[in-house]
Amino acid sequence: MSKKISFTFDGKKYFGKENHSLAEALLDNGIFLLGRSFKYHRPRGLISAGSEEANAIVQLETGNITQPNVRATEITLYEGLKAKSQNHWPTLNLDIGSINDFLSRFFPAGFYYKTFMWPPKFWEKYEYFIRRAAGLGESPTEDDPDKYEHFHYHCDVLIVGGGISGLYAAELAAKANLKVLVLEQYPKLGGEINNQGKVSANKFRESDQNIIYQNIFSKLEKFDNVKIVTSTTVFAYMHNNYLLASQKTNNTKIREIIWKIRTKKVVLATGSIERPLTFHNNDRPGIMLSHSARKYANKGIDLGKNIIVFTNNDYAYEAAIDFKLINNENKVTVIDIRNNSKGDLIKEAKSIGIKILFNHIVTNTRGRKRINSIFVHKIDNETNKIIDNYGKISCDILCVSGGWSPTVHLFTQSRGKLIFRESDATFIPNESFQNEISVGACNGTYALEEILEEIDNKMSNLLSSFKIDIKNNNHPSLNKIKKIFYDKMKHLWIIPSNINFKKTKMFVDFQNDVTAKDIQLALKEGYRSIEHVKRYTTTGMATDQGKTSNINALGIISKLTDTPIHKLGTTTFRLPYTPVTFGALAGRHVKEFFDVERTTPMHQWHLDNNAKFEDVGQWKRAWYYPINNENMHQAVNREVKATRKGIGILDASTLGKIDIKGRDANEFLNRVYTNSWSKLGIGKCRYGLMLGDDGMVIDDGVTSRLGENHYVMTTTTGNAASVMSKLEDWLQTEWPELKVFLTSVTEQFATISINGPFATNLMQKLCVNFDFSYENFPHMSFKNIEIGGVNCRVMRISFTGEKCYEINIPSSYAQSLWSKCFEIGKDFNITPYGTEAMHVLRAEKGFVIVGQETDGSVTPVDLDMSWIVSKKKYDFIGKRALYRSDTVREDRKQLVGILTKDPNIVLEEGAQLVEEVSKPPMKMIGHITSSYHSPNLGRSIALALVKEGLKKKGKTIYAPMPTKTIEVEICDPVFIDPLNERLSA
Amino acid sequence: MHTKPKKYSVFSLIKNALSYHENWQPAWRSPDPKKEYDAIIVGGGGHGLTTAYYLAKNHGLTNIAVIEKGWIGGGNTGRNTTIIRSNYLWDQSAALYEHALKLWEGMSQELNYNVMFSQRGVMNVAHTLHDVRELKRRWHANRLNDIDCEWLNTAQVKEFCPIINTSPHIRYPVLGATLQRRAGTARHDAVAWGYARGADAMGVDIIQNCEVTNINISNGHVSGIETSKGTINSKKIGIVAAGHSSVIGSMVGIRLPLESRPLQALVSEPVKPIIDTVVMSNTIHAYVSQSDKGELVIGAGTDGYTSYSQRGGFNIVEDTISAVVELFPLFSRMKMLRHWGGIVDICPDASPIVSKTHINGLYFNCGWGTGGFKATPGSGWVFAHTIANDEPHELNAPFTINRFSSGELVDEHGAAAVAH
Ligand SMILES: Cc1cc2nc3c(=O)[nH]c(=O)nc-3n(C[C@H](O)[C@H](O)[C@H](O)COP(=O)(O)OP(=O)(O)OC[C@H]3O[C@@H](n4cnc5c(N)ncnc54)[C@H](O)[C@@H]3O)c2cc1C
Repeated sequence: MSKKISFTFDGKKYFGKENHSLAEALLDNGIFLLGRSFKYHRPRGLISAGSEEANAIVQLETGNITQPNVRATEITLYEGLKAKSQNHWPTLNLDIGSINDFLSRFFPAGFYYKTFMWPPKFWEKYEYFIRRAAGLGESPTEDDPDKYEHFHYHCDVLIVGGGISGLYAAELAAKANLKVLVLEQYPKLGGEINNQGKVSANKFRESDQNIIYQNIFSKLEKFDNVKIVTSTTVFAYMHNNYLLASQKTNNTKIREIIWKIRTKKVVLATGSIERPLTFHNNDRPGIMLSHSARKYANKGIDLGKNIIVFTNNDYAYEAAIDFKLINNENKVTVIDIRNNSKGDLIKEAKSIGIKILFNHIVTNTRGRKRINSIFVHKIDNETNKIIDNYGKISCDILCVSGGWSPTVHLFTQSRGKLIFRESDATFIPNESFQNEISVGACNGTYALEEILEEIDNKMSNLLSSFKIDIKNNNHPSLNKIKKIFYDKMKHLWIIPSNINFKKTKMFVDFQNDVTAKDIQLALKEGYRSIEHVKRYTTTGMATDQGKTSNINALGIISKLTDTPIHKLGTTTFRLPYTPVTFGALAGRHVKEFFDVERTTPMHQWHLDNNAKFEDVGQWKRAWYYPINNENMHQAVNREVKATRKGIGILDASTLGKIDIKGRDANEFLNRVYTNSWSKLGIGKCRYGLMLGDDGMVIDDGVTSRLGENHYVMTTTTGNAASVMSKLEDWLQTEWPELKVFLTSVTEQFATISINGPFATNLMQKLCVNFDFSYENFPHMSFKNIEIGGVNCRVMRISFTGEKCYEINIPSSYAQSLWSKCFEIGKDFNITPYGTEAMHVLRAEKGFVIVGQETDGSVTPVDLDMSWIVSKKKYDFIGKRALYRSDTVREDRKQLVGILTKDPNIVLEEGAQLVEEVSKPPMKMIGHITSSYHSPNLGRSIALALVKEGLKKKGKTIYAPMPTKTIEVEICDPVFIDPLNERLSA
Repeated sequence: MHTKPKKYSVFSLIKNALSYHENWQPAWRSPDPKKEYDAIIVGGGGHGLTTAYYLAKNHGLTNIAVIEKGWIGGGNTGRNTTIIRSNYLWDQSAALYEHALKLWEGMSQELNYNVMFSQRGVMNVAHTLHDVRELKRRWHANRLNDIDCEWLNTAQVKEFCPIINTSPHIRYPVLGATLQRRAGTARHDAVAWGYARGADAMGVDIIQNCEVTNINISNGHVSGIETSKGTINSKKIGIVAAGHSSVIGSMVGIRLPLESRPLQALVSEPVKPIIDTVVMSNTIHAYVSQSDKGELVIGAGTDGYTSYSQRGGFNIVEDTISAVVELFPLFSRMKMLRHWGGIVDICPDASPIVSKTHINGLYFNCGWGTGGFKATPGSGWVFAHTIANDEPHELNAPFTINRFSSGELVDEHGAAAVAH
């Protein structure tokens, strides 16, 4: 006997069996009412036994592991499982919301588009209630304690579906020595094979199937080139045979794994889904798809003694026969829409005493929380009109079957084309778009002997590109298979009703409560295309994604509009096949791994010295270094002052560095920067502005010439990657004739920037033998200097206006050199400064920061930097754009300095500027780009872009803030040392 | 001939309920195209339908048709994440989007069709000092343009949207946000359907399943279009084909400065109300709202590559979801229910083109990129004006095709860039 497992449902404790799903356990405990529907709050129970389940969705667990909208059919029972039914108040049994059911007439499809409009202000209030009524389960409200992972896999053949078709295909591929992956959504392999009890009803077929299955399976186990993974659902089929699957693990450390599979070939063997029939009150608990009911019964679950099977095809007789064979006491009645069937199964059913009513239909059902009876009428086989009343039959369960729909979701996701097959009124794969085949039930092939033959043929084609011939394969014991004859089905998309159609409730989409007459209404109102019907009625939009409803909706439209179904087209099956957990999609890219954190080689030192950090792109940059409880303002003031008086030291390692080599490197620089590079001598540095093709500044930085054909470019921190890819883009697509090679060396070199009047003194102490005279090493030049035995690239450039050396040292030595600087710089009050002080220092000098003073709408001329734009060069990126009528306007926004009338007020960056203050709307003439307190000037300073600003120096304008208006004056943007005397002093 | 549609109301709903909804009329007719119209609108998305509506309503042009290759609203109009706001940086954009927002505010009543415009606010979150600077710049610009906008500090962000993660220890902590309270979302399909119904009622022919294959021109003036349902003549043709605008442009040798790229979106399974506003983060690339059905509606930035396939790379989805989980760790156990993509038409300056062309009688309305849903009524309003008067409305005068040769761009990319 299997182990007993305890679980709770709606707070009540029950016991279930091992390897049962929650759905099975609930049925086993006689619980049929499992939830309430979305709109009308109708009592609902299981309709299926698989991932197509529309009704039985529960809130699983509580607290930080709770999960809404879980299909009871997909959860394997475990000890202590807690589940709760959804969408009702106060309880599942007594749900006030079910009043909607009685008023359903007032809530037809799209009713909300027609009302809730008066009075206009009330929409907010109506909406509050609409929102409360909508939704199913509840979102977790706590952090998820679980982890998820991504897993990459490459193979020759991916087989989706571990039923007999998938496994047989796997065997063929395995024998051909290919790397094969088989994925199965359920915990157990075998697919439909598992849908058989100890009593095998269909003795014609299933024993054979079993033998064959065992045969294949035992062989497969021996191949080590085959990997089989269960509980794994392929949910997306993307381009180039890239598929995604989600695996539910039993592992306590990792809850789910997303498989990212790139495969040469795909075999879809995803099976098929049974269809409901559309009749009045077809949604009560106890009404199930025949195959699912049969599956439950065969698992030993007692569904009652009085069984009705309502069908339009032969296959449903399997269920009828099983119910009878399981217990001969069972009363089994088949209501068959057809006037007759000569199928083998029907003969068998008759022989064991099953009652069959041909030409009959179910017209209504009774039993609010569980079905207890049905009403049956006789129809005319030709006209399908009701011709007689058979009466009421009581029952415990009603099994329905409207035929089968191949599971073509992944096939259509791969962009394969479907075709409609009249004989069983279904869409089947026609033309593959990718390297893929569909086999077995998902291809509309159901008979075993046909399936095996199909797989032989299709696999041999599929694998031919591997130069593998599997033609000579022998079917596993095919000769033994007995053919079964199945008679034709008969399709009635809407089961005739004895009451007026407009009064019926024939559900098509169970979860979203869409009925056949909703579809009729949509059509009547002009929503004719299938997509319009779908959106207007919401059919197929529920959490089951229309697995059981899409085809029926199409059929109903086809019938109501008298249009052949294939002319309607299908709706697109969108990924994912079944819903996928967000956490799994995010994988390890959460919390500390959400985005890589880039740190410089000196990071530990910054941490040790109490640095506060700023995020700049992915970098953590030291922002300021407070000491002794300083606030930010105090710390920055101290750092700024120290830099202008002694030595300030900055970790500038985050600047982008691009190594440029090659015959045409000089020409390349001429093209990407606005100024001329032809005459730059070896060992010299030059500042450059880079423009987009619209003439707007996109980056700046200093480039040094290291050798005849060798340069190093610096970019801004934030743009390092995008500049690199732009440069590559131009080289590879626009100028393939240039011989230039680019390498990013951002992380190979750390940059230590030593600034201040005593900078040279420190350098001299660092490298005693080097000649640091201005003559030998002037501003804007470059030297290779050995420092402490390490070859460094030193540039004499300045972003502070002070004497400055930027030492680029191989990263692994940077931390030690940095510390060394502090050791020997003590006498000069060496002070580390962060990005905030750096901003103040450069603003005092009127230096721009690209991305702060510029925003993609600023030209070099606007920055008052026309000197850097070569008039002589034949061309450079952005040149033409600079001569457009708008770019040459003289009244554009231009960079200026701003001084507040009250020197103590520091303006807010981003503040807008106006010439005249009025009530909004006000005419804005510019905005503050940078603004700081300058400790060296003892007052606030700011930079701004102002319309015609260059002409307006000395003018008073205003910054209207929410609480007050601030008076400011336009001035020159250089606040300190306009003649650059400090650089050489 | 068509009859005036019966008004929708609670009373009509009850009345029709009593007759079991047998007496509703089609929301719009499905006529065959006439030989000739006074104006033709190509593209039955929101922008095309509003153009037709306002041509009829504001300019009295009722002998007009909307030509749609598929079904109305089936393009980006039916695929977007429906964020509506007007807090744009530049005066030109702010004016246009604010005009649209005012139209949104009366739309349901104007159309007698509930478009469920829900002003639950849009919050743009700042994660870096750079974000703060740019968002504040936009906030101040909005204020002075008389567009409602507020700055929230981190504590206020938390108060307004309690489920957001404002811990200072996350990778990109929330440093503040702008909030536009009048902003929000609407039901996209209803917008298309409501305008179609309104336009139809004034006599506009809405012709679906009719693809435009060529544009006829004689002597520098348009004369009509070739379609899968034959030739249709007209002296005024407005093209409103979003991602396929360049395809139509190339039929008459017009090269539009557009890139067409996939933009993806997704929804979760529906749950009871959990988030009551729209949260957008540009730095970590994600935005979230919750629809009236209960689904979390999620999107992000475009794919990096140009394409006409309505599907992008899955890496974008993964990045978007991890950003959502970063900001809202409680959503980690929620599930993605549906995913899709649309083709968006992006101009180099991320602003639209609503413009005349060098061909007389041919007008283009495109380039709305990732954020044109919010402009739907305003776009139609000004485009109708442009077509009717052969002269732009003052609101779309800055949005000409010529700006790309003059350089007078309205760059919403660089500054305080916020998609959607
Ligand atoms: C995933 C996604 C999310 C978005 N999120 C937002 C958002 O949150 N907020 C926001 O404001 N905007 C958003 N947008 C952008 C917004 O959807 C669009 O800007 C807007 O809907 C464009 O409307 P339209 O009418 O111009 O285009 P569409 O709705 O695409 O209409 C164009 C129509 O032209 C038709 N057409 C094309 N070629 C032809 C032809 N040859 N003949 C006849 N007909 C033709 C098409 O079939 C289509 O119906 C988003 C877009 C996407 C894809």
